[in-house]
Amino acid sequence: MPYHLNFNLVWKYFDRLAWGLVLSLELAAVGIVIGIVIGLGLAVLSHGAGRTVRTLVAAYVEFVRNVPLLLLVYLVFYGIPSVGGFAYDATSSFVMTLAVYAGAYLVEVFRAGLDAIPKGLIDAGRAVGLTPAQLVLHVRLPTMIRIVLPSLGNAFISLFKDTSLATVLAVPELTYGANWIYTNTFRIVEVYAVVAPMYLVTGYLLLLGLRLLERRFAIRRR
Amino acid sequence: MIDIMLKGLPFLWQGLLVTLEASAIVVAAALIAGVILGVGLSYGSRWIAWPIRLFSDFVRGLPLLVLIFSIFYMLPLTGWKVSNFWSAIAALALFETAHVSEVARGALQSIHPGQNEAGKAIGLTFGQRMLYVVFPQALRRFLPPWINTVVDTVKGSSLLALVGIVDLMLSIQQVIGRTFKPMPMYVLGALMYFAINYTLSQVSRRLEARFAYVRE
Repeated sequence: MPYHLNFNLVWKYFDRLAWGLVLSLELAAVGIVIGIVIGLGLAVLSHGAGRTVRTLVAAYVEFVRNVPLLLLVYLVFYGIPSVGGFAYDATSSFVMTLAVYAGAYLVEVFRAGLDAIPKGLIDAGRAVGLTPAQLVLHVRLPTMIRIVLPSLGNAFISLFKDTSLATVLAVPELTYGANWIYTNTFRIVEVYAVVAPMYLVTGYLLLLGLRLLERRFAIRRR
Repeated sequence: MIDIMLKGLPFLWQGLLVTLEASAIVVAAALIAGVILGVGLSYGSRWIAWPIRLFSDFVRGLPLLVLIFSIFYMLPLTGWKVSNFWSAIAALALFETAHVSEVARGALQSIHPGQNEAGKAIGLTFGQRMLYVVFPQALRRFLPPWINTVVDTVKGSSLLALVGIVDLMLSIQQVIGRTFKPMPMYVLGALMYFAINYTLSQVSRRLEARFAYVRE
Protein backbone atom coordinates (compact mmCIF):
# COMPACT_ATOMS: atom_id res chain seq x y z
CA MET A 1 0.00 0.00 0.00
CA PRO A 2 1.46 3.35 -0.95
CA TYR A 3 2.17 5.83 1.82
CA HIS A 4 0.26 9.09 1.64
CA LEU A 5 2.06 12.14 2.91
CA ASN A 6 0.06 14.22 5.34
CA PHE A 7 1.79 17.18 6.89
CA ASN A 8 -1.29 18.56 8.65
CA LEU A 9 -0.59 16.72 11.87
CA VAL A 10 2.98 18.00 11.91
CA TRP A 11 1.82 21.59 11.48
CA LYS A 12 -0.81 21.06 14.16
CA TYR A 13 1.89 20.24 16.71
CA PHE A 14 4.53 22.47 15.20
CA ASP A 15 4.83 24.52 18.40
CA ARG A 16 6.43 21.46 20.04
CA LEU A 17 9.10 21.53 17.36
CA ALA A 18 9.59 25.29 17.50
CA TRP A 19 9.95 25.33 21.29
CA GLY A 20 12.06 22.22 21.04
CA LEU A 21 14.45 24.04 18.75
CA VAL A 22 14.60 26.96 21.18
CA LEU A 23 15.36 24.58 24.05
CA SER A 24 18.03 22.83 21.96
CA LEU A 25 19.75 26.15 21.38
CA GLU A 26 19.44 27.04 25.05
CA LEU A 27 20.93 23.71 26.14
CA ALA A 28 23.83 24.17 23.74
CA ALA A 29 24.37 27.78 24.84
CA VAL A 30 24.42 27.02 28.56
CA GLY A 31 26.50 23.92 27.86
CA ILE A 32 29.16 25.83 25.98
CA VAL A 33 29.32 28.67 28.51
CA ILE A 34 29.97 26.26 31.39
CA GLY A 35 32.19 24.24 29.07
CA ILE A 36 34.26 27.35 28.33
CA VAL A 37 34.66 28.00 32.07
CA ILE A 38 35.81 24.40 32.59
CA GLY A 39 38.02 24.36 29.51
CA LEU A 40 39.66 27.73 30.04
CA GLY A 41 40.07 27.10 33.78
CA LEU A 42 41.75 23.76 33.29
CA ALA A 43 43.91 25.00 30.42
CA VAL A 44 45.20 27.92 32.52
CA LEU A 45 45.57 25.64 35.55
CA SER A 46 47.64 23.07 33.70
CA HIS A 47 49.63 25.68 31.79
CA GLY A 48 52.24 26.32 34.43
CA ALA A 49 51.25 23.55 36.85
CA GLY A 50 53.13 20.51 38.01
CA ARG A 51 52.88 16.96 36.85
CA THR A 52 50.01 15.83 39.11
CA VAL A 53 47.65 18.54 37.92
CA ARG A 54 48.50 17.94 34.30
CA THR A 55 47.97 14.19 34.65
CA LEU A 56 44.59 14.75 36.30
CA VAL A 57 43.50 17.14 33.56
CA ALA A 58 44.72 14.72 30.90
CA ALA A 59 42.82 11.88 32.58
CA TYR A 60 39.60 13.91 32.51
CA VAL A 61 40.10 14.88 28.88
CA GLU A 62 40.94 11.37 27.70
CA PHE A 63 38.13 9.73 29.67
CA VAL A 64 35.41 12.05 28.41
CA ARG A 65 36.62 12.06 24.82
CA ASN A 66 36.79 8.30 24.55
CA VAL A 67 33.41 7.41 26.04
CA PRO A 68 30.14 7.80 24.11
CA LEU A 69 28.17 10.90 25.09
CA LEU A 70 25.04 8.76 25.47
CA LEU A 71 26.76 6.71 28.18
CA LEU A 72 27.84 9.88 29.98
CA VAL A 73 24.28 11.20 29.81
CA TYR A 74 22.97 8.01 31.44
CA LEU A 75 25.83 7.91 33.93
CA VAL A 76 25.20 11.42 35.16
CA PHE A 77 21.42 11.16 35.26
CA TYR A 78 20.87 7.62 36.56
CA GLY A 79 24.27 6.59 37.91
CA ILE A 80 25.52 9.43 40.07
CA PRO A 81 22.24 10.13 41.96
CA SER A 82 21.93 6.40 42.74
CA VAL A 83 25.13 6.47 44.79
CA GLY A 84 25.08 10.11 45.82
CA GLY A 85 21.67 9.97 47.49
CA PHE A 86 20.46 13.13 45.77
CA ALA A 87 18.60 13.91 42.58
CA TYR A 88 18.42 16.61 39.96
CA ASP A 89 16.04 17.21 37.09
CA ALA A 90 16.72 15.88 33.62
CA THR A 91 17.42 19.25 32.01
CA SER A 92 20.10 20.38 34.44
CA SER A 93 21.59 16.88 34.43
CA PHE A 94 21.87 16.97 30.65
CA VAL A 95 23.29 20.48 30.58
CA MET A 96 25.97 19.51 33.11
CA THR A 97 26.85 16.42 31.08
CA LEU A 98 27.06 18.50 27.93
CA ALA A 99 29.25 21.06 29.71
CA VAL A 100 31.62 18.40 31.04
CA TYR A 101 31.75 16.87 27.56
CA ALA A 102 32.41 20.23 25.90
CA GLY A 103 34.97 21.13 28.56
CA ALA A 104 37.10 18.12 27.66
CA TYR A 105 37.30 19.26 24.04
CA LEU A 106 37.75 22.93 24.90
CA VAL A 107 40.70 22.33 27.24
CA GLU A 108 42.71 21.29 24.18
CA VAL A 109 41.40 24.25 22.19
CA PHE A 110 42.35 26.76 24.88
CA ARG A 111 45.69 25.09 25.50
CA ALA A 112 46.53 25.42 21.81
CA GLY A 113 45.29 29.01 21.94
CA LEU A 114 47.48 29.88 24.89
CA ASP A 115 50.50 28.25 23.23
CA ALA A 116 49.89 30.15 20.01
CA ILE A 117 50.32 33.60 21.58
CA PRO A 118 53.57 34.99 20.19
CA LYS A 119 56.28 35.27 22.85
CA GLY A 120 57.26 38.69 21.54
CA LEU A 121 53.79 40.02 22.36
CA ILE A 122 54.13 39.05 26.03
CA ASP A 123 57.66 40.42 26.18
CA ALA A 124 56.40 43.66 24.69
CA GLY A 125 53.71 43.82 27.36
CA ARG A 126 56.31 43.29 30.08
CA ALA A 127 58.53 45.91 28.50
CA VAL A 128 55.87 48.59 28.76
CA GLY A 129 55.45 47.70 32.42
CA LEU A 130 52.18 45.73 32.52
CA THR A 131 51.55 43.80 35.71
CA PRO A 132 50.93 40.04 35.33
CA ALA A 133 47.17 40.62 35.77
CA GLN A 134 47.14 43.34 33.12
CA LEU A 135 49.21 41.09 30.88
CA VAL A 136 46.50 38.42 31.09
CA LEU A 137 43.66 40.88 30.62
CA HIS A 138 45.05 43.05 27.85
CA VAL A 139 47.47 40.79 26.00
CA ARG A 140 46.88 37.08 26.56
CA LEU A 141 43.08 36.91 26.58
CA PRO A 142 42.34 39.18 23.59
CA THR A 143 44.96 37.42 21.48
CA MET A 144 43.79 33.99 22.53
CA ILE A 145 40.11 34.70 21.86
CA ARG A 146 40.87 35.52 18.25
CA ILE A 147 42.81 32.30 17.89
CA VAL A 148 40.19 30.04 19.48
CA LEU A 149 37.02 31.67 18.11
CA PRO A 150 36.69 29.41 15.03
CA SER A 151 37.14 26.27 17.15
CA LEU A 152 34.66 27.56 19.72
CA GLY A 153 32.14 28.18 16.98
CA ASN A 154 32.53 24.66 15.63
CA ALA A 155 32.24 23.26 19.14
CA PHE A 156 29.01 25.17 19.62
CA ILE A 157 27.45 23.84 16.42
CA SER A 158 28.56 20.37 17.34
CA LEU A 159 27.00 20.74 20.80
CA PHE A 160 23.80 21.98 19.22
CA LYS A 161 23.60 18.71 17.30
CA ASP A 162 24.50 16.72 20.43
CA THR A 163 21.51 18.19 22.27
CA SER A 164 19.43 15.66 20.30
CA LEU A 165 20.58 13.08 22.87
CA ALA A 166 18.56 14.87 25.56
CA THR A 167 15.55 13.08 24.12
CA VAL A 168 16.57 9.94 26.06
CA LEU A 169 15.96 11.84 29.31
CA ALA A 170 12.64 13.19 27.98
CA VAL A 171 13.97 16.75 27.89
CA PRO A 172 11.55 18.38 25.44
CA GLU A 173 14.08 19.54 22.87
CA LEU A 174 13.73 19.23 19.09
CA THR A 175 14.31 15.49 18.67
CA TYR A 176 12.02 14.78 21.61
CA GLY A 177 9.35 16.92 19.96
CA ALA A 178 9.83 14.92 16.75
CA ASN A 179 9.49 11.61 18.57
CA TRP A 180 6.47 12.86 20.49
CA ILE A 181 4.68 13.75 17.27
CA TYR A 182 5.73 10.44 15.76
CA THR A 183 4.45 8.33 18.65
CA ASN A 184 1.18 10.25 18.79
CA THR A 185 0.38 10.62 15.10
CA PHE A 186 2.61 7.99 13.38
CA ARG A 187 3.61 10.56 10.73
CA ILE A 188 7.28 9.63 10.91
CA VAL A 189 8.28 10.62 7.37
CA GLU A 190 6.62 14.02 7.59
CA VAL A 191 8.02 14.76 11.05
CA TYR A 192 11.59 14.02 10.08
CA ALA A 193 11.15 15.76 6.74
CA VAL A 194 10.44 18.90 8.80
CA VAL A 195 12.88 18.34 11.67
CA ALA A 196 15.93 17.54 9.53
CA PRO A 197 15.80 20.90 7.68
CA MET A 198 15.28 22.64 11.03
CA TYR A 199 18.58 21.22 12.29
CA LEU A 200 20.33 21.89 8.99
CA VAL A 201 19.15 25.47 8.58
CA THR A 202 19.81 26.39 12.21
CA GLY A 203 23.27 24.87 12.04
CA TYR A 204 23.99 26.73 8.83
CA LEU A 205 22.74 30.05 10.23
CA LEU A 206 24.90 29.54 13.32
CA LEU A 207 27.87 28.94 11.04
CA LEU A 208 27.17 32.15 9.11
CA GLY A 209 26.77 34.13 12.32
CA LEU A 210 30.03 32.81 13.68
CA ARG A 211 31.91 33.67 10.50
CA LEU A 212 30.57 37.23 10.80
CA LEU A 213 31.66 37.34 14.44
CA GLU A 214 35.14 36.17 13.46
CA ARG A 215 35.37 38.90 10.86
CA ARG A 216 34.18 41.44 13.42
CA PHE A 217 36.94 40.43 15.84
CA ALA A 218 39.66 40.02 13.25
CA ILE A 219 42.63 42.35 13.50
CA ARG A 220 42.54 44.81 10.63
CA ARG A 221 45.83 44.78 8.86
CA ARG A 222 46.90 47.46 6.47
CA MET B 1 30.72 -2.10 43.54
CA ILE B 2 33.44 -4.34 42.11
CA ASP B 3 31.45 -7.51 42.81
CA ILE B 4 28.41 -6.14 40.95
CA MET B 5 30.67 -5.31 38.02
CA LEU B 6 32.14 -8.82 37.98
CA LYS B 7 28.69 -10.39 38.16
CA GLY B 8 27.39 -8.22 35.33
CA LEU B 9 30.42 -8.60 33.08
CA PRO B 10 29.47 -11.96 31.48
CA PHE B 11 26.21 -10.42 30.27
CA LEU B 12 28.04 -7.72 28.37
CA TRP B 13 30.20 -9.89 26.10
CA GLN B 14 27.47 -10.45 23.55
CA GLY B 15 26.76 -6.74 23.44
CA LEU B 16 30.43 -5.91 23.17
CA LEU B 17 30.68 -8.26 20.19
CA VAL B 18 27.73 -6.53 18.51
CA THR B 19 29.34 -3.11 19.11
CA LEU B 20 32.61 -4.32 17.64
CA GLU B 21 30.90 -6.03 14.71
CA ALA B 22 28.75 -2.99 13.91
CA SER B 23 31.75 -0.68 14.19
CA ALA B 24 33.88 -2.92 11.98
CA ILE B 25 31.23 -3.10 9.25
CA VAL B 26 30.66 0.65 9.36
CA VAL B 27 34.37 1.45 9.37
CA ALA B 28 35.01 -0.80 6.36
CA ALA B 29 32.04 0.52 4.38
CA ALA B 30 32.77 4.14 5.25
CA LEU B 31 36.45 3.72 4.35
CA ILE B 32 35.70 2.45 0.85
CA ALA B 33 32.81 4.79 0.11
CA GLY B 34 34.46 7.76 1.83
CA VAL B 35 37.69 7.47 -0.14
CA ILE B 36 35.79 7.18 -3.43
CA LEU B 37 33.71 10.25 -2.56
CA GLY B 38 36.85 12.06 -1.39
CA VAL B 39 38.46 11.43 -4.78
CA GLY B 40 35.28 12.70 -6.43
CA LEU B 41 35.37 15.85 -4.31
CA SER B 42 39.02 16.53 -5.08
CA TYR B 43 39.30 15.55 -8.74
CA GLY B 44 35.74 15.26 -10.04
CA SER B 45 34.17 17.76 -12.39
CA ARG B 46 31.58 20.14 -11.02
CA TRP B 47 28.81 17.64 -11.84
CA ILE B 48 30.46 15.00 -9.68
CA ALA B 49 31.82 17.18 -6.89
CA TRP B 50 28.65 19.17 -6.29
CA PRO B 51 26.28 16.32 -5.46
CA ILE B 52 28.94 14.82 -3.19
CA ARG B 53 29.40 18.16 -1.43
CA LEU B 54 25.63 18.39 -1.01
CA PHE B 55 25.42 14.86 0.40
CA SER B 56 28.35 15.43 2.75
CA ASP B 57 27.10 18.76 4.09
CA PHE B 58 23.58 17.40 4.50
CA VAL B 59 24.66 14.33 6.43
CA ARG B 60 27.22 16.15 8.55
CA GLY B 61 24.75 18.91 9.34
CA LEU B 62 22.29 16.53 10.98
CA PRO B 63 22.61 15.06 14.45
CA LEU B 64 23.57 11.39 14.14
CA LEU B 65 20.56 10.45 16.24
CA VAL B 66 18.17 12.21 13.85
CA LEU B 67 19.81 10.45 10.90
CA ILE B 68 19.49 7.07 12.61
CA PHE B 69 15.83 7.62 13.53
CA SER B 70 14.94 8.90 10.04
CA ILE B 71 16.55 6.04 8.18
CA PHE B 72 15.52 3.41 10.68
CA TYR B 73 11.84 4.36 10.48
CA MET B 74 11.68 5.44 6.84
CA LEU B 75 13.51 2.56 5.17
CA PRO B 76 10.65 0.06 5.79
CA LEU B 77 8.21 2.48 4.12
CA THR B 78 10.07 2.09 0.85
CA GLY B 79 8.93 -1.53 0.88
CA TRP B 80 12.49 -2.76 1.02
CA LYS B 81 12.79 -5.70 3.43
CA VAL B 82 15.75 -4.87 5.59
CA SER B 83 16.45 -5.97 9.15
CA ASN B 84 16.70 -3.61 12.13
CA PHE B 85 20.39 -4.20 12.44
CA TRP B 86 21.15 -3.35 8.83
CA SER B 87 19.03 -0.24 8.61
CA ALA B 88 20.64 1.13 11.77
CA ILE B 89 24.05 0.20 10.37
CA ALA B 90 23.22 1.91 7.09
CA ALA B 91 22.50 5.19 8.92
CA LEU B 92 25.75 5.07 10.87
CA ALA B 93 27.68 4.13 7.72
CA LEU B 94 26.19 7.06 5.82
CA PHE B 95 27.23 9.43 8.60
CA GLU B 96 30.77 8.10 8.80
CA THR B 97 31.11 8.00 5.01
CA ALA B 98 30.49 11.74 4.88
CA HIS B 99 33.14 12.34 7.54
CA VAL B 100 35.69 10.03 5.90
CA SER B 101 35.11 11.73 2.56
CA GLU B 102 36.12 15.06 4.13
CA VAL B 103 39.20 13.49 5.69
CA ALA B 104 40.13 11.98 2.32
CA ARG B 105 39.52 15.28 0.55
CA GLY B 106 41.78 17.08 3.00
CA ALA B 107 44.52 14.50 2.56
CA LEU B 108 44.27 14.48 -1.24
CA GLN B 109 44.24 18.25 -1.56
CA SER B 110 47.35 18.52 0.58
CA ILE B 111 49.27 16.81 -2.22
CA HIS B 112 50.81 19.29 -4.61
CA PRO B 113 49.00 19.33 -8.00
CA GLY B 114 52.41 19.03 -9.66
CA GLN B 115 52.57 15.42 -8.49
CA ASN B 116 49.42 14.60 -10.41
CA GLU B 117 50.60 16.55 -13.45
CA ALA B 118 53.94 14.76 -13.44
CA GLY B 119 52.06 11.45 -13.43
CA LYS B 120 49.99 12.65 -16.36
CA ALA B 121 53.12 13.73 -18.21
CA ILE B 122 54.64 10.25 -18.09
CA GLY B 123 51.37 8.79 -19.37
CA LEU B 124 49.82 7.24 -16.26
CA THR B 125 46.08 6.69 -16.34
CA PHE B 126 43.90 8.32 -13.66
CA GLY B 127 43.73 5.07 -11.68
CA GLN B 128 47.49 4.63 -11.86
CA ARG B 129 48.12 8.21 -10.80
CA MET B 130 45.89 7.74 -7.78
CA LEU B 131 47.28 4.37 -6.83
CA TYR B 132 50.99 4.95 -7.39
CA VAL B 133 51.46 8.71 -7.03
CA VAL B 134 48.82 10.42 -4.92
CA PHE B 135 47.58 7.79 -2.45
CA PRO B 136 50.98 6.77 -1.08
CA GLN B 137 51.78 10.41 -0.33
CA ALA B 138 48.33 11.27 1.01
CA LEU B 139 48.32 8.26 3.34
CA ARG B 140 50.18 9.95 6.17
CA ARG B 141 47.81 12.90 6.12
CA PHE B 142 44.87 10.55 5.96
CA LEU B 143 45.60 8.00 8.69
CA PRO B 144 45.57 10.05 11.92
CA PRO B 145 42.27 11.89 11.30
CA TRP B 146 40.78 8.71 9.85
CA ILE B 147 41.46 6.85 13.10
CA ASN B 148 39.58 9.64 14.86
CA THR B 149 36.57 8.85 12.68
CA VAL B 150 36.96 5.22 13.78
CA VAL B 151 36.76 6.37 17.41
CA ASP B 152 33.67 8.40 16.48
CA THR B 153 32.16 5.30 14.91
CA VAL B 154 32.61 3.23 18.07
CA LYS B 155 31.14 6.08 20.12
CA GLY B 156 28.35 6.62 17.63
CA SER B 157 27.47 2.93 17.58
CA SER B 158 26.14 3.40 21.12
CA LEU B 159 23.18 5.22 19.54
CA LEU B 160 22.13 1.95 17.88
CA ALA B 161 20.86 1.01 21.33
CA LEU B 162 18.13 3.62 20.93
CA VAL B 163 16.58 1.73 18.01
CA GLY B 164 16.77 -1.56 19.89
CA ILE B 165 20.03 -3.06 18.65
CA VAL B 166 21.45 -4.97 21.63
CA ASP B 167 24.95 -3.57 21.56
CA LEU B 168 27.20 -2.87 24.55
CA MET B 169 25.12 0.16 25.50
CA LEU B 170 21.81 -1.71 25.51
CA SER B 171 23.31 -4.74 27.28
CA ILE B 172 24.38 -2.40 30.06
CA GLN B 173 20.84 -1.05 30.26
CA GLN B 174 19.43 -4.58 30.33
CA VAL B 175 21.67 -5.63 33.20
CA ILE B 176 20.71 -2.47 35.11
CA GLY B 177 17.06 -3.29 34.42
CA ARG B 178 17.53 -6.43 36.50
CA THR B 179 19.92 -5.31 39.21
CA PHE B 180 18.68 -1.75 39.75
CA LYS B 181 22.29 -0.76 40.46
CA PRO B 182 23.10 1.73 37.69
CA MET B 183 26.43 3.13 38.79
CA PRO B 184 28.67 0.03 38.69
CA MET B 185 27.43 -1.03 35.28
CA TYR B 186 27.74 2.43 33.74
CA VAL B 187 31.27 2.75 35.09
CA LEU B 188 32.12 -0.71 33.76
CA GLY B 189 30.63 0.16 30.37
CA ALA B 190 32.49 3.45 30.28
CA LEU B 191 35.75 1.62 31.01
CA MET B 192 35.06 -0.87 28.20
CA TYR B 193 34.37 1.86 25.67
CA PHE B 194 37.37 3.74 26.98
CA ALA B 195 39.65 0.73 26.56
CA ILE B 196 38.69 0.40 22.88
CA ASN B 197 38.77 4.09 22.01
CA TYR B 198 41.81 5.10 24.03
CA THR B 199 43.83 2.40 22.28
CA LEU B 200 42.69 3.76 18.92
CA SER B 201 43.39 7.37 19.94
CA GLN B 202 46.88 6.44 21.03
CA VAL B 203 47.55 4.74 17.69
CA SER B 204 46.37 7.90 15.96
CA ARG B 205 48.62 10.05 18.13
CA ARG B 206 51.65 7.82 17.52
CA LEU B 207 51.11 7.91 13.78
CA GLU B 208 50.70 11.67 13.83
CA ALA B 209 53.94 12.10 15.75
CA ARG B 210 55.73 9.65 13.47
CA PHE B 211 54.52 11.32 10.29
CA ALA B 212 55.23 14.81 11.59
CA TYR B 213 58.93 14.28 10.87
CA VAL B 214 58.39 13.57 7.20
CA ARG B 215 58.69 16.81 5.27
CA GLU B 216 58.92 17.18 1.59
